[in-house]
Amino acid sequence: MIEVRFHGRGGQGAVTAAEILAKAAFEDGKYCQAFPFFGVERRGAPVMAFTRIDDQPIRRRYQIYNPDYVLVLDDGLLKVVDVFSGLKEGGKLIINTKNSIEKTEGADIHKVDATGIALDILGVPIVNTILLGAFAGVTGAVSIESIIKIINETFSGKIGEKNAKAATLAYNTAKKIDK
Amino acid sequence: MVTKVMSANQAIAEAVKLANPEVIPVYPITPQTTISEYLAKYVADGDLDSEYIMVESEHSAISASLGASGTGVRVFTATSSQGLALMHEISFAAAGLRLPVVMADANRALSAPLSIWNDQQDSISERDAGWIQIYAEDGQEALDSILMAYRISEDKNVLLPSMVCIDGFILTHTVDPVNIPAKEDVNKFLPKYKPDHAYLDTKKPMSIGTFTDPSYYMDARYDMELAMERSQEIIAKAHTEFSEIFGRDYDFVEKYRSEDADVIIVAMGSICSTIKDVVDELRDAGEKVGLVRVRVFRPFPKTQIYEALKGASKIGVIDKNVCFSIGGVLATEIRSNTGLDVSGFIVGLGGRDIKPSDIKEIMEKTKNPTKQTQWIGLKKEEH
Repeated sequence: MIEVRFHGRGGQGAVTAAEILAKAAFEDGKYCQAFPFFGVERRGAPVMAFTRIDDQPIRRRYQIYNPDYVLVLDDGLLKVVDVFSGLKEGGKLIINTKNSIEKTEGADIHKVDATGIALDILGVPIVNTILLGAFAGVTGAVSIESIIKIINETFSGKIGEKNAKAATLAYNTAKKIDK
Repeated sequence: MVTKVMSANQAIAEAVKLANPEVIPVYPITPQTTISEYLAKYVADGDLDSEYIMVESEHSAISASLGASGTGVRVFTATSSQGLALMHEISFAAAGLRLPVVMADANRALSAPLSIWNDQQDSISERDAGWIQIYAEDGQEALDSILMAYRISEDKNVLLPSMVCIDGFILTHTVDPVNIPAKEDVNKFLPKYKPDHAYLDTKKPMSIGTFTDPSYYMDARYDMELAMERSQEIIAKAHTEFSEIFGRDYDFVEKYRSEDADVIIVAMGSICSTIKDVVDELRDAGEKVGLVRVRVFRPFPKTQIYEALKGASKIGVIDKNVCFSIGGVLATEIRSNTGLDVSGFIVGLGGRDIKPSDIKEIMEKTKNPTKQTQWIGLKKEEH
């Protein structure tokens, strides 16, 4: 089973990203589950969301305490939240940042300038789908084709197209770095 | 028939769309709200031909449900926590008037302290209202249970309302794959509701819900008791026919690796999924443990529970509710109805996350009971 934790701020689309990832994994023929950190979401406040992916039906229904992967939508959260909490040995952390990460806690860190890509392609600093593209490229745990399909189902018309383009760019960039 | 990734709230809305009630009076409340929203959208988009009534409170939602059901049409409503508590007065009336209303309750803690998070105190506190109560383990079962609830409630031998309970957030806000049955299959299982008992009709005026003096009231209540007893047979029949048409099996209680178990845990709702994972893990380690999940809580399936538990040497019952100075309600009812010795555990009140380590602690404490009721997951040791 693959367990993913998203860190974002209220309004950045972390919950939507967790659901898109689950639906994309299902599209790939896997079982899936996604849920927000249950509670009161306030714009700008730190939020979490979770996705589980497996070849078997998923039963467990508690929060993810030891993720395989962590996605951070906002690097400002590094000062506020322990995004490394419980990350598995050798686990990957994919983060939207242009800065160097000082404390890595032994995690395998992948930086993405998602805000840059978002401003270029979407014209607004919304990075959730871009992080998903990077996730597909870095981990291979989900196909970019399924991510694109679900992005287009989630956001209609031009917005879907632009998000798909941005996610693909992040995917290709991540693949290149990995090679 | 199509499988889609969706929340249990959306699964319930899909079930309602398939059941096609004529009237839907609802008032939004966390974590039920998205059920109201999905249904409003279906109606606005023309995907569901129902009268959607925006009411000003839950008391009005259940009152309008009662009034609509009294005219002999299919009705759906949904609520949660404080909303269900506000419905309390009319809930008894709906059952007493023998109206087959179907309601979804997104299980949430009751105030105070104020909490929007999950436990089952809200619906457990309505256990004496005369409603059939079903606790779903996941979104699929939530959808399926709504369809079965209409079949059971509308049966002329039952005519009692039904409440389908789903754990707030843990199910209402979690998405996973749910199979949506084909409309023609649903029509076979659940034909249009045609009451053959008395209902309000302007062409044949009559009254329902009239004042009843002591020479009638008690007999009317006894009739409800008989209906609740008869519902066992109707529920069993609904399970069988549902399985024949849709291929998914349901029972009053679900036995998971409990047949030869020395230690059995009993619980209701979504927590059972996590318990199944723990049972598998401990079975792999050679421990003979199992789970008995109570799915239908009213009518209380005492015989089925006794049969499922009688072979175990130790039994632990998990409750997400508390009856102060007594313990958990499920544990208490199992104790008094089966005569079996069970240890009670109170967990997850107000949404406290229940981890596999908590389940293992409960299993250990079930093996070595020290007191009748123990609270698991408190920040401090018990006082």
